[in-house]
Order: sequence, then C-alpha cells, then structure tokens
Amino acid sequence: MTLEAVKNGNEALRTDLQVIADLVEPGSRVLDVGCGDGALLAYLDVKKQVDGRGVEISQAGVNSCVAHGLSVIQGDADTDLKDYPSDAFDYVILGQTLQATHNPKRVIREMVRIGRRAIVSFPNFGFWRVRFHLLLHGQMPLTEVLGYAWYETPNIHLCTLKDFVTMCRELEVAIEKGITLTHTGRIDDVHPTGLFSNWLAEQVIYLLRRGSD
Amino acid sequence: MTPPSDTNLGPESPVIDTSNLPGHSIELGRDAPLVLDCGASLGPFIVAYQTYGSLNTEKSNAVLVCHALTGDQFVAELHPITGKAGWWDLMVGSGKPLDTERYFIICANVLSGCMGTTGPRSENPETGKPYGLDFPVITIRDMVNAQKLLIDHLGIEKLFCVIGGSMGGMQALQWAVSYPEHVFSAVPIAASARHSAQNIAFHEIGRQAIVADPNWNGGDYYSHETRPHSGLAVARMVAHITYLSESSLHQKFGRRLQDRSEVAYGFDADFRVESYLRHQGITFVERFDANSYLYITRAMDYFDLAEEYDSVLARAFSETPVRFCVISFTSDWLFPTSESRTVVHALNAAAANVSFVEIEADGGHDSFLLDVPELHVTLTGFLGGAAAHRGVT
Repeated sequence: MTLEAVKNGNEALRTDLQVIADLVEPGSRVLDVGCGDGALLAYLDVKKQVDGRGVEISQAGVNSCVAHGLSVIQGDADTDLKDYPSDAFDYVILGQTLQATHNPKRVIREMVRIGRRAIVSFPNFGFWRVRFHLLLHGQMPLTEVLGYAWYETPNIHLCTLKDFVTMCRELEVAIEKGITLTHTGRIDDVHPTGLFSNWLAEQVIYLLRRGSD
Repeated sequence: MTPPSDTNLGPESPVIDTSNLPGHSIELGRDAPLVLDCGASLGPFIVAYQTYGSLNTEKSNAVLVCHALTGDQFVAELHPITGKAGWWDLMVGSGKPLDTERYFIICANVLSGCMGTTGPRSENPETGKPYGLDFPVITIRDMVNAQKLLIDHLGIEKLFCVIGGSMGGMQALQWAVSYPEHVFSAVPIAASARHSAQNIAFHEIGRQAIVADPNWNGGDYYSHETRPHSGLAVARMVAHITYLSESSLHQKFGRRLQDRSEVAYGFDADFRVESYLRHQGITFVERFDANSYLYITRAMDYFDLAEEYDSVLARAFSETPVRFCVISFTSDWLFPTSESRTVVHALNAAAANVSFVEIEADGGHDSFLLDVPELHVTLTGFLGGAAAHRGVT
C-alpha cells in the first residue's frame, strides 16, 4: 500500500482503519498513536481535513511518514503520552496497538485525558476461532489477526471484548460506541449484552470518553 | 582531499578581504538601534545576505536559511574567498529539497560574523577603528532580531520556513519562539534548546587557544601585521573533531601515516589525521576572524530558550502555530538525539504540530552538511506537506 494511493482514493484502507476513520468528525484534531506507515493519517488528512499528528515506535515508519508530509514523531505509547496536555485533541486513536503496550490501563487513561474522545481497536481473544484453537489443538492460537508464534509475538497484553469492557468500567471510561469486525469483514455494532459479540468478533473498535456511562 | 604537507600554523596567512563580496548588503537600525540582550544598542549596522530563487507575488515562499558557527551567506554558490562549493549546495538549488524553482531562499551572515555583516572587525563609528572587544556581546536572539529587521525590509510578513543546522537550528527555534506569527514552519537540525556544559567546555578551549596567542593582543590586532592565526587554527582543530564521529574518523584515516611509510619519531604530522586537522586549521584562518569566533561561540554558549520561561521549555512554545520538523543524527555526539527529543517533548507538551526524525548517519554532527539521502527525503516531504497547507505551489 502506498500513501499516495490512499490519498488518491485508489487504494482502500485496512477495514479496521476504515471503521475508525468513519468515526472521526471532519476538521477535528487527531493524534494517531502507533500510526505505522501513516495510512490512516493520510486518509484523514485528505478525506476529512483533520489536523493530524502521529506517534510511531519504529524509526523507519516515522521517517517514511514525515517524508510523505505527515506530522509524525518517534515515540512510545507507554511512555510518551504523558507529555501532552489534557484535551489537546478531539480524538486519540490507538489502532491494533493496545495489546502490544506494557501498561494498557495507563495508556487508555492517558488517551481519554489528552483526547476528548479515544478510539481503540484490538484483536478479540474471545473470538470463537481463538477459543477453539486453544481448546482443540492445545496450543497458542494463530489466526490472521494474531499471526505470531508465542515466543516472538509483540502482543503481550491480549484481552477479550469482555475484559476490555470491564477495564473501562474500572477506569470510569464511558463507551460511546462499540463496533465488531468478523473474519469475513462483516461490520456490526457490539451487541448490547456483549455476549454474542465476544464470540463472533475477530476485532473490536471502541469509541471512548472520560466519565461513567 | 589531500592535506598539504605544509603544516605551518604561523600568522603569515593572508588577511581576509571582504570589501567586494557578491550578494546583497543592507544598512539596518538607523532609525532605531537594535537593543541587544546585553543591554547595549547597536545601530546602524550592516547585514550582508544572499538570495536564491524568486519571491512570489503573495510573498509566501520565503525560506530563511540560518548558517552555523563558521558558515556564511554563501549557501549554494562558489565561495568568493575559498572558491569551494557553497556549504549547503547539496540542499539548495533547482530540484533540490530547498528548491529554488519553488522557494525564495534567504541567508544572512549573522551579527558579529566576518563575512560582511557588522562584527568585531567592523569600524566602530565612535573611534573610526575596528571594534575589537568593544563590540557588544551578541546572543542568538540578537542575531534573530537582526534577521527580522532584514525580513521586514524585504517586505515579507511571514516566512514559509526557517531552517538551519547546529547554531542555525538554534536560530530556527529562536525564530519560532520570538516571532511565532511570522514563521509558518521551523526546521531545527542537529540542534538543541540550550547549549550543554560539554559544548560550552569545548568552546572555552577554542577561545583560550585564541586569547593565548600573543598575536591576539587583547583583541586589538587589526592594525597589526600579524593575526592570532595559531590560536584560531587550534580552536578550529578542536572544534572540527567534535563535528565528526569516532567511526567516521577511523574510516577516513585510521592510523594511516601521511606521506611516509613509518613513524618519524618526532612531532611532525606523522598521521594522516594530524595532517588533516592542521589543514583544517590553516584553511580556516584564511576565511575567519578570530574575534568573530569568540563572539559567535559565546552567543551559542548563552543560548537557553527555556531560561526566561522559568526553565520550562514547553512554555516557550505555548500556543505556537508553527509547524516543526526536528531532525537529529545517530552519530552526533555534540548535539545528540536526546537534545532534539527534549525539544520534541516540550513541543508535545504545548500540543504543537511537530515531526521528529532521527536519521541514521555516520558523519557525526556534520551529517547535516553531507550527502545523507534520508535527510533530503525527509526535508522534501516535510516542506512539501507544509507547502500544501500554506498554499505554496
């Protein structure tokens, strides 16, 4: 994927990124934590005219983003969010990165502090294939979204949809919207009870804000 | 480059003649003198500058390039004194990152410099003789304030970009802090928000070398036959080492000998690295004034952006509308990445629009002057993005 293609609309965003992009109001201020190659930022810049910034841990990713005219710095979700003032952004986005942080709880707390809204996407460990993999094979699950062997995975803090909701309650973080993605690419709202969603969702995207529901 | 076998550091080198320099020169501060940080007033004074490309009708494409300690306004042309290529010839020109087809490039010799702008070698109107040490001590902010007068004179309300490496990066940061509404973007490269103790220490060695040279004569040497060339050359030699990296020195010279097959059991320049350094010293004195060296190094030492903000750097950038691109190099130990990161953290704390790139390069601090493709790609991308937002085509 090239950033030019994303900007020109010739190439589609990854599905979870597209879901995130659709949650962002045009013209807003956005911080994308773990922005990778900058595809989402490039899309938001062109399609939603946001004032976008990125933080990315890999220097190669950062350099590529900046070379494409995006405002990105090298940094770490675990350590560098504390620098930002409160309410500095309309949205703080963390796409498929939460499970790789050392302290996910602190990261979420920081995100809802510096952003009026936070958008988080993560792989759901409660997905039926993951459960069956472990149940039937007796081995750590390997799926499309969780593609690493246990000894080399960067995903050190995996959770289920239900785990995440519990943590948000503990943090007094309100869930404004939850969206599930199945492995066939189906997009649904999280079921009010959460029960079916925790079985069916391969990935989950949550729109969060400070305060209880 | 083959260093010459002549290693004489004596005072006989020619006196620098800057009377007929190419480029532009403007007298500023005639109506109201420039009030300096030290409390003195300076005016009128001369600023010598050079431009490349042309200013568009909206006057929105002006880029101010700020030169480093020993640089000058001859960014992208043969140097009128040394005959060598401009110091940022790789960066400035048609089709280059600072594209002269697109941007109007301005570079001014800094206040207290020796390439046409008023400095310690200039005539003191009160005495009719060169200032010498009567020249007031200059700060980075004074340099920037003088540049602001030049930009006003050119009728430019807002610079598209202020960019520079090392001391040039300090000026870029100072511009953003002093004149945030007049700067659209700032690119400090291999710079810092304050000069470190180690860097002040190296500068002090250089200054001591100059003042210990009997030909320095308390700074009053302009009417003499001799100049403090030995001292200035030693200052340059020390400084030059700090601009390189251990590995680049090793790769360039190793322990190779100069024009001989075995060591001479004496104190001649046996090693190529010695010969190279002496060459650096000798060629430097042909184009630089010793007193200017004292003044400019002092300006860098005094630089501390956070000082007037209760040492909280973020406050210096509070509410800044400027787009920043901070760049450092992995092998730079004089202005290491940690210094740039400090600036970036402060900019984050001010929720500023900032890009930060650490570039892997072996050339040490001087990497910003070298052919480092990733630097060029980064700058082209950043400037292109900024130009799109600024509406510069």
